[in-house]
Amino acid sequence: MSGSLKLLKLINVILEHVYKFLGLTNPIPEVINAFITAAISFAVISVFVMFLVWMERKVSAHMQSRIGPNRVGPFGLLQTLADAIKLTTKENMEPQKRDKIPYFIAPIIAFVATFMGVVVIPLDKGVTIQNLNIGVLYIIAITSFTVIGILTAGWSSNNKFSLIGGFRSAAQIISYEIPLVLSLVPVIMITGTLDLQKIVEYQAHAGYWFVGPQIIGFLVFLTASTAESNRAPFDIPEAESELTGGFHTEYSGIKFAMFFLGEYISIIIGSSVAVSVFLGGWIAPAFMNFLPVPGFFWFVIKVLLVIYLIMAFRWTFPRLRVDQLMDFGWKILIPIAILNIFLTGLWILWFSKGV
Amino acid sequence: MLFKYGYVLAFLVAGVFFILFAFLTNWIISPNGLLGQKFHENRSVDTYECGVDTIGTAWVRFNVSFYLYALLFVLFDVETVFLYPWAVSFRKLGLVGFSEMIVFIGILLVGLAYAWKKGVLKWE
Repeated sequence: MSGSLKLLKLINVILEHVYKFLGLTNPIPEVINAFITAAISFAVISVFVMFLVWMERKVSAHMQSRIGPNRVGPFGLLQTLADAIKLTTKENMEPQKRDKIPYFIAPIIAFVATFMGVVVIPLDKGVTIQNLNIGVLYIIAITSFTVIGILTAGWSSNNKFSLIGGFRSAAQIISYEIPLVLSLVPVIMITGTLDLQKIVEYQAHAGYWFVGPQIIGFLVFLTASTAESNRAPFDIPEAESELTGGFHTEYSGIKFAMFFLGEYISIIIGSSVAVSVFLGGWIAPAFMNFLPVPGFFWFVIKVLLVIYLIMAFRWTFPRLRVDQLMDFGWKILIPIAILNIFLTGLWILWFSKGV
Repeated sequence: MLFKYGYVLAFLVAGVFFILFAFLTNWIISPNGLLGQKFHENRSVDTYECGVDTIGTAWVRFNVSFYLYALLFVLFDVETVFLYPWAVSFRKLGLVGFSEMIVFIGILLVGLAYAWKKGVLKWE
C-alpha cells in the first residue's frame, strides 16, 4: 500500500471527521458514504469523458492531417465543455408519435447500466470503490443491460431508422457478448477467482501479465469490447451514411448527451477490464519499477493507451457490413475463444500450475 | 458482507438521480422549457425521415433472423453462465471436470454447426 494513491481512503477519513463533527452515529455514514462516492465518481467520470472526447477529436484530426479543436481554451481542451453546455441548453425536441414513457426511460437505462460497472474496477493496490468477489461476472452482467436501453430507444422513437438501428445494435451486442465472456474464462481458470483485485494481484505475484500467455484472449476481448460499445469499425447501429444516426436519430439535446456519455463510459469500462485482466492493472512495468509513482498512475496510463488503440481502430479499419459483422462474431471469434479455453485447460492440466 | 452490494444500489439510485437532475436542468433553461419562450412549431416534432412525410408507423413486423440470433444467444449465454463457476474451480475438478466440460461444449458446438449448416447464421 505504501506510496500508493489512497484517494478514496482519504475521502473516507475526511468524511469521518465531518460525521464526528455533526455527531452522526456509525451506520448512517456508511450509507451517505456510498452516495457521496457515487457523486464523486460521477463528477470524475464526466470530466474524464470530456477529456476523452477531446482526445478522440485530436487523434482523429492527427490521423487525417488536420489540427482539430484548437479555439476554446488551451489546445481546445475546453471544447467539450462548450459542447456539453450547448447540449444542456438546447431545445428538447421530442417526436410527436413517440411512445412517451419508454422514450424517457431509454437514456436513463443506457447510462446507468454502464455507470454501475465502475464500482468494481481496481484503481490501485487495495483501492476499489467497492471490491466484490464476483467482479468480472458483475461487470459483464451490468454493462450488458445497455442493450435494453438501446432497444427501448429504437422502439419508442417510432422511426424506421431508429428501429433498424436498435435491432441491429441488439443483434450485434448480444452476438459479441459471447466471445467477450468466453475470452475471460481462461484467465479465471488460471487465477481461480472472479475478483478483479485478486486477478491483478496474481499477475503481480507471478511477475508477468496475462497478455503474454493469453494474447489470443486479449485480442478477442479487445475486438468484442469495441463491438460492445458500438465503436467503429463495428458502428453498424449508428452508421451515419445509412441510418442517419441509428437508435438515437430522434434524440436531441440532453437525452442524446446521455447516450453519448454512456457510450464513452462503456469504452472506459471495457479498457479498464482489459487492463486489469490482461495488462496487469496497477502494476508498474518491470523496467520502470524504481519510479516512485503510485499504481493508480500506471492504471490510468494503461487505460489511456488501450483507449487510444480503440480510437486508432476507428481510422484504421473500414466499417463492416452487417452480415460480415455477424459472421465475424459467430464464425470466427466464438470458435477462437472456445479453442483458447481448451488449449489453456490442457496447458494447466499438463503442467499442473499457472501458464 | 451484504452491505458491499449497498454501493451497487447507491450507484444505481445516484445514477438515475443525476440523469433526472440533468433533465430537470435542461427543462428549466432550454428554449422550450420553463424559462424559455413558448412556441409551437408543428413540423419540428414530426418523425425525422429525411424531410419526407412518414408513411405508417415504425412498429411493424421485423426480419426473423434477429430472433434466430436471439435464440442462439440465449443458448450460448446459458453456457457461459455455466462456464464461470466451472472456471473458478477448474484446478480442483482436474481432468474429470475438464473432460466433462469438453463434452458439454462439444454438444453446443454441434448445435452451432447445425445452425450454421441450416443457414441461420446467413444474413439475408
